[in-house]
Amino acid sequence: MSLKILDQFKDPQICRGLLERLQAALDSGLRFMEVCGTHTVAIFQSGLRSVLPKEVVHLSGPGCPVCVTHESEVNAFLDLAGTPGVIVATFGDLMRVPGRNGMTLKAAQAEGGRVSVVYSPFDALRLAADNPGEKVVFLGVGFETTAPGVAATILTARERGLENFRVLSFHKLVPPALAALLSDPGTDIDAFILPGHVSAIIGIEPYLFIGREHGKCAAITGFEPVDILRSLLFMVESRKAGRAEVVNLYRRVVADAGNPRAVQVMNQVFEVSDALWRGIGLIPASGLEMSEDYAEFDAKREFGVEVVECPPLPGCKCGEVLKGKIRPDQCPLFKKTCTPARPVGPCMVSTEGSCAAYYKYGLD
Amino acid sequence: MSSDKVLLDYGSGGRASQRLISELFLKHLGNPELARLNDAARLDLRGPLAFSTDTFTVDPIFFPGGDIGSLAVHGTVNDVAMLGAEPRFLSCGFIIEEGLPMADLERIVASMGRAAAKAGVFVVTGDTKVVPRSAVDKIFINTTGIGEIIVDPGPSGDRARPGDAVLISGTVGDHGLAVLSTRQGLSFETPVVSDSAALNHLIVRLIRELPDIHVLRDPTRGGLATTLNEIAESSGVGCEIDEAALPISPEVSGGCSFLGLDPLYLANEGKFLCFLPEGLAQRALEIMRSDPLGRAARRIGSVGADNPGKVVLRTGLGGRRLLNMLEGEQLPRIC
Repeated sequence: MSLKILDQFKDPQICRGLLERLQAALDSGLRFMEVCGTHTVAIFQSGLRSVLPKEVVHLSGPGCPVCVTHESEVNAFLDLAGTPGVIVATFGDLMRVPGRNGMTLKAAQAEGGRVSVVYSPFDALRLAADNPGEKVVFLGVGFETTAPGVAATILTARERGLENFRVLSFHKLVPPALAALLSDPGTDIDAFILPGHVSAIIGIEPYLFIGREHGKCAAITGFEPVDILRSLLFMVESRKAGRAEVVNLYRRVVADAGNPRAVQVMNQVFEVSDALWRGIGLIPASGLEMSEDYAEFDAKREFGVEVVECPPLPGCKCGEVLKGKIRPDQCPLFKKTCTPARPVGPCMVSTEGSCAAYYKYGLD
Repeated sequence: MSSDKVLLDYGSGGRASQRLISELFLKHLGNPELARLNDAARLDLRGPLAFSTDTFTVDPIFFPGGDIGSLAVHGTVNDVAMLGAEPRFLSCGFIIEEGLPMADLERIVASMGRAAAKAGVFVVTGDTKVVPRSAVDKIFINTTGIGEIIVDPGPSGDRARPGDAVLISGTVGDHGLAVLSTRQGLSFETPVVSDSAALNHLIVRLIRELPDIHVLRDPTRGGLATTLNEIAESSGVGCEIDEAALPISPEVSGGCSFLGLDPLYLANEGKFLCFLPEGLAQRALEIMRSDPLGRAARRIGSVGADNPGKVVLRTGLGGRRLLNMLEGEQLPRIC
């Protein structure tokens, strides 16, 4: 899609019109949650947050894959970075995530660990081909958006007979996390802005339970201000009419059926497992691990990686932030001991985390 | 030169070093003062002086729009000029990794020579060390510059005042994206080219005609956002920037959106920010736009007393948000 076409989704004139309609349609408050880090940033970066009617309350959910990567998973990355004969290949975001004693992959690299930042899992494959004497372990972190690409890389590795390529899969699934949030009696959410990229893979079907079982509205939404405002308007009107609808308002990218080929590749290589989410804990059937058929590429099996629940960091309220129970600035550590340069909790680590977004863009 | 690679011998101080000096450095950087090959250079200057040093380690050493040699000249010339000074002399120290192709070294030194000539500065003293493989990455260059201050007190990062207009001399993000995309082996349909250039001639014209300019600063590492924050902090004022006015080329804007980078945090090497009283802004823009290096100059905001130490961005759709300093380096995102 050309960038020119995208301009109409940023148009200030259209935004002002939508804001007026939103204000007029409101008959009660709307507490909406987005569950994608790109939406978190888009809402802050565009200034949308500062112009929303005050009855419309924005909550940031567990939609940043870096933020929900469990401390115990980060410790596994650090162990691998210190293992002789291993080159760790990772997306850049993970470099600064603190594990045990505040240690990060960036610090491990400075101490001599072999860590290579890649832009795509296929770059990691190239790294494996270039270093036949070493094992290259790609850190598989991300949602349904990332997992099919990693799965395709594993298929390619098998095709090319690359015996030194491994993946440590800590991929996580979005719909089970939403189900866990909605089943938590402490959460207070009226509607969801559903992620665009994840939905491009899984389509609309996996979200229908939000309306059917929980009576809430949700809209698959693009990332421009006009996209987000249209979704908010739709959900306000839908709620007013007493309907609990789940819709796809991002049809220029997301097909209702998703991308069946990508889902098939993902299901071929991975199988669903329980997973630990940082700040939330264990969510049943919310992760992806390597299936038996691809065991030879599985770093978890080869290096005996185990993840275990550990107590939350003292004072850190990330769990409540991720569930939308409190705002980042209501956490006692926010901007005091917890800053992007020295993050305590996961929501401050990634640039797409809600605490980091509050810190970076928030005027209030 | 006998070898087509730089050998450890060349930094020994013996005959091999002398050959390198006369056949390469004097050839491209030569001027009467450097040619004397004394232990120090004799400078004829009138004070007060502006004095600045910077070390260049850019990877890759050649990138679209420049190379480490021209960058080492432009960077220091610009830093000296930002004090409202006329840069006059440079020193230049090379740390070279053994095995660097001689052709690369010559290309870099020739590029420095051209950049210095264009900026009207002389490289009057220098040093070369050659270190074993892996002790440095190809070549590191330090330059130190000295220049004569034109107005005193002149522009300074702590002199921004409420009521000042904020101007930028052209598009932002070009250098950072050019280097990053070359490093990653990415190519765009329309190539992104570094803006690396010496700004001193334009700065000297500006400051001679408008001596009451409050702040001049080049938004290099950390980009426009970081530099604005530095100025807001040291002056104790608030800056309000208009997003719609920010000059960003379509190539940079597209490339950044593809890579998940923010152009406001990417380095520039041929742009400057200018804070000055509102009444002088129009004339400053005219002067800037009359020079090829300031063709796309724009007014991007103003200074107020609210939110001291902070930079607020008025977004395209009329919202307001903080424009914060860069934390660490920008890293590519996962999704």
